[in-house]
Amino acid sequence: MIYLDNSATTKPHKEVLATFMQVNELYYANPASIHNAGVEANSLLAKAREQIAQLLNTVANNVLFTAGGTESNNFAFFGAAKKGNFRGKHIITTEIEHPSILEAAKRLEAEGYEIDYLKPDKNGVISLDELHEKLRKETILVSIMHVNNEMGAIQPIEEAAEMIHENSRAMFHVDAIQSFGKLPIAFNDEAGPDILSISGHKIHALKGSGVIAFRKKPMIEPFLVGGGQEFGLRSGTVAVPQAVALAKAARLAVEALPVQLEKYKKWSANLHEYFTQFGSEVLVLSPKNGAAHILSFSVRGLKGEILINALQKRDIIVSTSSACSSKQTKTSHVVEALNVDNRFKNGVLRLSFGAFTTETEIEQFKQAFTAVMKELKGENEQ
Amino acid sequence: MIFKEILVRYGELSTKGRNKKDFINRLRDNVRYSFNDIMPLKIRAERDRMFIVIENDEKFNVLMERLPHVFGIQSFSPVASCGKDLDEMKALALEILEDYRDVGDITFKVEVHRTDKAFPLNTHELQREMGATILPQFSNFSVQVKNPDVALRIEVREDAVYMMAQVIQGAGGMPVGSNGKSLLMLSGGIDSPVAGYLMMKRGVRIDAIHFFSPPYTSDNALQKVKELANGLTKFGANVRLIVIPFTELQVAVKDNVPDNMTMTSTRRMMMKVADKVREEVGALGIVTGESLGQVASQTLESLTAINDVTSTPILRPLIAADKLDIIKIAKEIGTYETSIQPFEDCCTVFTPASPKTKPRLDKVQHFESFTQFDELIERAVKNRETYIFPQKEVKEDKFADLL
Repeated sequence: MIYLDNSATTKPHKEVLATFMQVNELYYANPASIHNAGVEANSLLAKAREQIAQLLNTVANNVLFTAGGTESNNFAFFGAAKKGNFRGKHIITTEIEHPSILEAAKRLEAEGYEIDYLKPDKNGVISLDELHEKLRKETILVSIMHVNNEMGAIQPIEEAAEMIHENSRAMFHVDAIQSFGKLPIAFNDEAGPDILSISGHKIHALKGSGVIAFRKKPMIEPFLVGGGQEFGLRSGTVAVPQAVALAKAARLAVEALPVQLEKYKKWSANLHEYFTQFGSEVLVLSPKNGAAHILSFSVRGLKGEILINALQKRDIIVSTSSACSSKQTKTSHVVEALNVDNRFKNGVLRLSFGAFTTETEIEQFKQAFTAVMKELKGENEQ
Repeated sequence: MIFKEILVRYGELSTKGRNKKDFINRLRDNVRYSFNDIMPLKIRAERDRMFIVIENDEKFNVLMERLPHVFGIQSFSPVASCGKDLDEMKALALEILEDYRDVGDITFKVEVHRTDKAFPLNTHELQREMGATILPQFSNFSVQVKNPDVALRIEVREDAVYMMAQVIQGAGGMPVGSNGKSLLMLSGGIDSPVAGYLMMKRGVRIDAIHFFSPPYTSDNALQKVKELANGLTKFGANVRLIVIPFTELQVAVKDNVPDNMTMTSTRRMMMKVADKVREEVGALGIVTGESLGQVASQTLESLTAINDVTSTPILRPLIAADKLDIIKIAKEIGTYETSIQPFEDCCTVFTPASPKTKPRLDKVQHFESFTQFDELIERAVKNRETYIFPQKEVKEDKFADLL
């Protein structure tokens, strides 16, 4: 099977699974317990936290473990909004965020918050001028995703961070779920976003693990209350094996980043070039300077599902624009926001690469896709 | 890695003459203790400066992080070197100054020291030549001769050319050990490590004593105290930790002294034990983390009753400090996180419901007089265990494969 749906989820690394198993076998005690086994589990957890903090250029106390990307995003959005609402109720985000931000925004709107949605240009990139215009005294939160999960547009996070910090007191949250381990992220005491969301299963760790990291001291209202774990900000017994597995996967991802990035860039350029041979029949949605590990394209007049099935017959797994919205019948909000031509709206496919993707697989995809196009356009009829 | 060594300045020593040599040797040993984990270090101690050789990036980073904590160092500078060739010198100077490019407008000067008189350019010529090369490259630099923000110091010596730009403030004070030795009562709480730190800053070498009451207190509590003792070594000295088996004495107090006075009596026993140990290890004073009014045992009346057992100087550097200020120091010196780990210690196991905050000495003495505590004290002192820090952390490796 050629798996090209790594933005939906990734296959866990063998080493990461081994870590997960070993931690479950050896350090299963509750890290909050004061007996020796608990203390051991806690010191392992502390090491994992420390490792992630180092990879992110922050300190251990600024890293909280969550149950995944959606929780991290929800937590950041609601938590920062609640914490800051004595100063104002204005929030800025974009039209192309993941539903875990957009749905959270809707809910806050119903509670009386005022939300501005930035509109991306045809490359999926927001305008810093528009962001600047919309920032005001009452703005308490700006939430922008780093890399769009459906088409790979990269937002100018560093410039946005600088602008936000210079012109407002708003917290800046960045959904880095599709970018962590794929692109360098400027995040340190002096510069960068205030809050980052990271998900484990997008970087070959396990599903059900995530991180919310802070540049400085966590300033956020807790969401889960109870035993006071995670510095009182996220109660609930910490899933130590998931956390340690995530720390390991994060290290592997960051270490491999320079090498992987070169590969992704090469394949992405190769595929951009490849698709030109279909002329006006295929529209590549991903911008050429977008994230190299995501490539979205659309075939005129053909439904995405039909293409997925046809490729699947050839043992190639791709997805429609996003796994989260692929079961819905309406057009993706990202595609809508990009003003894609109607004839292309329903045929959007996404290829996304991961640590296990090989050059041969890219070639095999190209052959299969060429064959599928012929078949579906009736050229192969006997 | 452009830096080859770190130059350490002792500064103006208050101890001159023959003591100076002791001072320097002490400081060199202390530097070795503080960097036990990145040994071996090549250190060359000269009459008025010390050089630590930088072998790799990792050592350099650790040195830069921890040298500011080592007492007895006035300032230090990373030093780069190159051959006695003008082009090489120019290239090196630009490389060193690269760090100052993005820091806004700064004032700058070149300082030249030429001990190799055979070098073709004299001091002024070299100064002008280097200045003329550097200034056009950095738009944010302007020359100022008095008190510039950055001074690039170039030393032309016999063997090579040495350059430095950064002067980092040290912790000052005296090398630990140059002012005698005291015994620190180390409980595992927030205060006592801070008290130890403040004494070390005055050049006092520290041995620590800890009272251990198994099974009422756990190995984790002891482990925590070991970590604290180890943590204090980064200020430039080894620390001996003496662990006293205290259960027997503590139970005897509980069984023989009225409930509301056990606290006072327990502290008196601790002080007696500590004083005996102090004598055996050759320390001159006892250091405690007591701070007036913090808990029942820290009222003037309590301190009087506890102090009664000895005439040894009891040094209490925190006696007038506010808790919040103590916490602030604990955080700065990195002991806070360890101190707040929640393990029962011997001071809290048998805490009575309402300890007397104003115990009367005669009464305490009266109740203690029915029991042969001296024998128990002898035994506790005899059965002590001693650990020497810095100790390499072995615990960490266990998790290395998992992460």
